[in-house]
Amino acid sequence: MSGSPVVAGVLTESELARYSRQILLPDFDIAGQETLGRACVLIVGLGGLGSPAALYLAAAGVGHLRLADGDTVELSNLQRQIVHDEASLGVNKARSAAQRLAALNSTTQLHVFEERLQGRALAVAIAGADLVVDASDSFATRYALNRACLEAGVPLLSAAAVRLEGQLALFDTRSGGACYRCLYPLAAADDQRQACAESGVLGPVVGILGSLLALEAVKYLAGMQTLQDEVLMLDLRTLAQYRLRLQRRPECSDCGSGAVP
Amino acid sequence: MLRVLFFARLREQLGCEALELASEPGIDSIAALRAALSERGPVWKEALADANLLAAVNKSLAEPGTPLVSGDEVAFFPPVTGG
Repeated sequence: MSGSPVVAGVLTESELARYSRQILLPDFDIAGQETLGRACVLIVGLGGLGSPAALYLAAAGVGHLRLADGDTVELSNLQRQIVHDEASLGVNKARSAAQRLAALNSTTQLHVFEERLQGRALAVAIAGADLVVDASDSFATRYALNRACLEAGVPLLSAAAVRLEGQLALFDTRSGGACYRCLYPLAAADDQRQACAESGVLGPVVGILGSLLALEAVKYLAGMQTLQDEVLMLDLRTLAQYRLRLQRRPECSDCGSGAVP
Repeated sequence: MLRVLFFARLREQLGCEALELASEPGIDSIAALRAALSERGPVWKEALADANLLAAVNKSLAEPGTPLVSGDEVAFFPPVTGG
């Protein structure tokens, strides 16, 4: 098949066919697809949340995905971290995910950071991104991402999950919204990095929250309405949901008057 | 009267998903409500001690000093960072 465009624009015939099911949506349309193709998203964490997020974003045709994770795939990850497989055991998670995503969509450009990004490396990874997806597993990483996104002026889409519960929020301070630190002002002593090891988690719980990350990312990039100034709290044991209105805290130590420049 | 809701693992820890409290003069803020609930026993004290426990009043994120009046709905959520 030739790649000549059928409609004035940048999409080829093959791309129009490939993405036809989402292009059919009136508020996504061809413009949404073209925007996705030009978009760059940094995904931090290629575990339970990052697996479905990365898979769906690559499948949807996001043009540039930056993947960051310093951990390697372990046997106990495979129950829920579905971008990896048995052949990935011992391999860095960002690299393992990139192999799977390259097979899924060869047109997505992938950039792999095989490290727990911090400081200057984190700022470099965020530079030029349209959106940062926080699929990490600790307060420390989430606070670091929050500060780096504030500095770079890039919105932060964040999810968390453990046991049978999860949370999701989009922090876009450019429009006066709250930041992650407005939600959790105190640096918690208890790091839940080992939360899944200690408290347990069902695979579909991170699957649902990771899929919601992809959903909100696609909506945000395509200019559709997203979760805004709210945290979605999901209690997946009872399937109860609660939406919590979020407001910027004027004295926030990251985005408000308490911030140290 | 205050209506208090507990979500996710708080619900399991406390064995309670909702309760109603007669308004008392002393329970006039989120911090005061947490202190009063903590008096219910060691399980309550421990469950409500988490610094990053989230509280909402009438579905808006609240702070320790957020005032409470009769008729308010308060919800408590455990912090989640896993992934």
